[in-house]
Amino acid sequence: MSVDASGRAGPSQGTSRSAAEVRLEELSRHYGTTVALDGLDLTIHAGELVALLGPSGCGKTTALRLVAGLEDADGGRVVIEGADVTHLPANRRDTGMVFQAYSLFPHMTALENVAFGLRMRRVGAAERHQRAGEMLELVGLSTQADRFAHQLSGGQQQRVALARALAIRPSILLLDEPLSALDARVRSQLRDEIRRVQREVGITTLFVTHDQEEALAIADRVGVMRAGRLEQLGPPTTIYSQPATPFVAEFVGLTNRLAGLVSGGTVDVRGVRLPLIATDTPDGPAVALVRPEAITLAPAAPTSNGPLSGTVTAVAFLGAVSRLTVDLGDTTVLVQIPTSEAAAHPGGARVTLTLRQDPVLVTQDEPPARRQGLG
Amino acid sequence: MNRRRRRRRAYLSAAVYVVLGLFFLIPLAAMIEFATRGMGIGSPRTLSAFTSISADPELVGAIVASLELAVITSAGVLALLLPTMIWARLRLPRMVRPLELICLTPLTVPAIVLVVGFAPIYRWLEINFSDSILILSFAYLILVLPYCYRALAAGLATVDVRTLSEAARSLGAGWATVVWRVIVPNMSSAVFNACLLCVAVVLGEFTIANLLDFENLQVAIATLGTANAQESIALAVLSLLFVFVFLFALTFLSRFASRRRSAMRG
Repeated sequence: MSVDASGRAGPSQGTSRSAAEVRLEELSRHYGTTVALDGLDLTIHAGELVALLGPSGCGKTTALRLVAGLEDADGGRVVIEGADVTHLPANRRDTGMVFQAYSLFPHMTALENVAFGLRMRRVGAAERHQRAGEMLELVGLSTQADRFAHQLSGGQQQRVALARALAIRPSILLLDEPLSALDARVRSQLRDEIRRVQREVGITTLFVTHDQEEALAIADRVGVMRAGRLEQLGPPTTIYSQPATPFVAEFVGLTNRLAGLVSGGTVDVRGVRLPLIATDTPDGPAVALVRPEAITLAPAAPTSNGPLSGTVTAVAFLGAVSRLTVDLGDTTVLVQIPTSEAAAHPGGARVTLTLRQDPVLVTQDEPPARRQGLG
Repeated sequence: MNRRRRRRRAYLSAAVYVVLGLFFLIPLAAMIEFATRGMGIGSPRTLSAFTSISADPELVGAIVASLELAVITSAGVLALLLPTMIWARLRLPRMVRPLELICLTPLTVPAIVLVVGFAPIYRWLEINFSDSILILSFAYLILVLPYCYRALAAGLATVDVRTLSEAARSLGAGWATVVWRVIVPNMSSAVFNACLLCVAVVLGEFTIANLLDFENLQVAIATLGTANAQESIALAVLSLLFVFVFLFALTFLSRFASRRRSAMRG
């Protein structure tokens, strides 16, 4: 792949190149008898940030490594800018990658690290340094150019790694859980920073994470993966409010599983009729997946006794919102309300639940193990 | 209490140093004393045993050959082991154990037994390839494998080989560049150590060279010992001193390198 070697001024212009479209076609990968990728189809539009989200072992990292060329596909193609790169070795792929583990070369300064890829592309020393300097400026680390990796914090190291990946002006930026080694505050800062830089440079980006909050916050589109396949691909809001499958609903955000009865395109949950996301759901008993924030609370008399009356058994303070556990007798329900309202419902209080008229998804499945505790 | 214990430990370590120092220095001093004796009782000390070494072309040849062998063997074993070990760690993790086993086997085989195996091969090599003493480096390559393997494995354990090589690959580096520019600089002291062990083993090797009928440094010392004991001991002193100096030089070099790095860091 050619690299524009002409020196240009300013970080934003210095990194710009026409963004590339990247296609993964029917990608598959096996490890022995384990199927890591099972015919993955995904098109990442030019300049778009797609996040692959899923539990560990769902194949998201494998997909990323196949795009990078760090592993070989058993079937399918990787197409970057219309060119089939499936059989190109990693060092000729023209991809920039940021790893989960700290990956800066320990014997080089931050600047030398960033310049490494340019050196591999035989860019002259003067231009190399200038461009590496611009990249460090882009991630806000100009003052740390002479530091070695062990003198930088985890967040700074990942920012240098980002600058290093972008310095070669790759056609696609690959981010392999770059934030998971960092502590919470740095993580959200760097997440926003990555998004800003990605927008500024306008680079096509594939971001792999198991953290749903991260994926929803950063991506143009989120792909939820399960067992080597895409379960759903769409904008974060769609993924969250209109999950295509129970797996997506339960993996992205919290859900309550409430027994209900489907009839005529709606579902009856404890005496309340709720609209369905999939209106063609067949009639009959089902489990409705209701978000904790789609439920509101009102105080009730100690003796109240309806299907939506219950007792608050636990209150978890989460900052602006609080999450209450309400015992309805035959099941418990999670309710998420603003903290200012939660004060009215201390532990032990009787409450009445109101279900908001949001479209819900229903399922016949057994609850997956990770949600069982929520009943 | 604490201070007393610390002082006692200081005394103890000083005692250990003194005992060990005497253990090494007394024989060395005795060698020097013997090598510098003059002819006959009461004659003054002389360095003639030392100066006569350089006058003996055969001896000089043996010294040069041993030094050449040391260089060739170190370079060869590094070129052989480093890529193999890195490759095994990256692509064939299941082979790391068997590889270790293979590399350590020479330790368990006595040199005499090795020679029995080497002899027919060397006969063939001498006829069909070369009869230079430098072909001994093939045998020495095997001899130094265990030491080098250990040194390099210790170095590789401190480097995240997988992540660093993948990062370098994705930035456009080929495998040679990955090894030479990324992995090796981060385990330079292990490479130094491996070299050092190689040089020490090769310069000290006697059995194989002697039995295969090559004259290296140790063989020359032994031969000389039957004819001129003083000169032989003088040579032994020199070779020991050379290894010491070399060892100090390498240690100093690697420390200098890391000091320079930390100075740049600070």
